[in-house]
Amino acid sequence: MNVVAKQKQQYVTIKGTKDGLTLHLDDRCSYDDLLKEIEERLVKQAGVAPDSPLVSVHLKMGNRYLTPAQEEEVRALIRRSKNLVVDSIESNVMSKAEAIEWMRKTEIVPVSRIVRSGQVLHVEGDLLLIGDVNPGGTVIAGGNIFILGALRGIAHAGYAGNKQAIIAASVMKPMQLRIGDIMSRAPDSKTDEGNEMECAYIDEHNQIVVDRLQLLMHLRPNLTRLERRM
Amino acid sequence: MGEAIVITSGKGGVGKTTTTANLGTALAILGKRVCLVDTDIGLRNLDVVLGLENRIIYDLVDVVEGRCTVQKALVKDKRFDHYLYLLPAAQTSDKSAVNPAQMKQLIEELKQEYDYVLIDCPAGIEQGYRNAVAGADEAIVVTTPEVSAVRDADRIIGLLEAEEHVKPPRLIINRIRSHMVKNGDMLDVDEIISHLSIELLGIIADDENVIKASNRGEPIVLDPNSKASIAFRNIARRILGESVPLPPLEEEEKGLFSKIRKIFSLK
Ligand SMILES: Nc1ncnc2c1ncn2[C@@H]1O[C@H](COP(=O)(O)OP(=O)(O)OP(=O)(O)O)[C@@H](O)[C@H]1O
Ligand SMILES: [Mg+2]
Repeated sequence: MNVVAKQKQQYVTIKGTKDGLTLHLDDRCSYDDLLKEIEERLVKQAGVAPDSPLVSVHLKMGNRYLTPAQEEEVRALIRRSKNLVVDSIESNVMSKAEAIEWMRKTEIVPVSRIVRSGQVLHVEGDLLLIGDVNPGGTVIAGGNIFILGALRGIAHAGYAGNKQAIIAASVMKPMQLRIGDIMSRAPDSKTDEGNEMECAYIDEHNQIVVDRLQLLMHLRPNLTRLERRM
Repeated sequence: MGEAIVITSGKGGVGKTTTTANLGTALAILGKRVCLVDTDIGLRNLDVVLGLENRIIYDLVDVVEGRCTVQKALVKDKRFDHYLYLLPAAQTSDKSAVNPAQMKQLIEELKQEYDYVLIDCPAGIEQGYRNAVAGADEAIVVTTPEVSAVRDADRIIGLLEAEEHVKPPRLIINRIRSHMVKNGDMLDVDEIISHLSIELLGIIADDENVIKASNRGEPIVLDPNSKASIAFRNIARRILGESVPLPPLEEEEKGLFSKIRKIFSLK
């Protein structure tokens, strides 16, 4: 479904895929030229029935950085084409602010203390807690939660919706576990055994399961890799 | 300049007032000048436990509101010469009659005069708690071996750790019943300590003589033989910096059978 157009230069390369259109956008021309070409090739295109289904568009910006305002402008422009809607914008470059934000979300935050009843410890990235979470205490992380100590309170990993996040503890006796928006209550049994070095994750049935820590390297091979959540 | 120690718990009825009265008396017996401050405004009873309720003329609220000087409001315990005094709480006002800044100033003033100022804190974590903690340099957390009491102690410890003027709190476990602990019907001391992770100052057995003594207005430390009395006196010595070992808890369990059970670590 390549659009054929005879022009001196092409800044926009369009490819049809099973999830819609992928647009490879030249990263060396001026931003204005790029907009002009998008408009000519996509927006002014005739012959689209007004009720035809929406097609999602993925933009690959190459080494061009778009400010949030420019991203909005491109989205709005493409939206004017009746049936196209931008689904993702991907670029090889990010701003310093975004890089810091990304680091904050992926860094491991070490904390050495006891999280006591009524206290809440909240970090953006992964939490490495050296100490216990007592009953009534809560730890919340944007990423994973690693506890070198006993988890007897509430732990919420991936609080912004990351379902890949895990919770690991030397002693796993939580009141409640949450990963993303999935929640699990402690089992009602009050046994003291068999709770050493365990981890909790969301399985293929979308439920939280607690299992041996050693399974993690198979379940979450990317756990310690920087690229995750990029 | 003396030290101010707040005795607190979170949960009510675990033995704060009993502890305050007994540690105060024990410290006085050991030759320290002690002032006890009841901050449980509206529900005072430290005076009753000490047998001083008939001698109260002015109270803490009178002092804070300037109706009398501190000296005038203090009730002297005649049994201990000039070593033990009580500043009673008001019975007719409520906790909002005093604020933390006023309390801090009052405790500061008492510290000039006395070696130890023991502050009996009301239950809860509201204004009464904040008043009691405002002037304290140290804190003793009292708990009983019950899950709910330990939970509240944990909450209080968290709040105390956030107070920069208070040293790391220390723990007293009150009303231990060794047979219940043995049967697993009560939390044991190790469990509580590993849970709360703070220094243990002492353990006091559940002893009906404590209740009888309180009702007579004579703190149990005046009875030289009861177990609770010995425990309170040991705690007083630890407060003074002596290292007094904790006696083994299960004193009754000295028979051969229990030794065998220990060897095989049967429950
Ligand atoms: N070791 C003990 N053995 C037996 N009874 C005890 C012991 N310690 C305290 N008690 C009893 O428990 C009751 C409550 O004690 P106390 O008044 O000291 O608690 P409190 O923490 O000050 O309570 P409140 O929160 O109401 O101020 C009293 O009747 C007291 O005599
Ligand atoms: Mg009391």
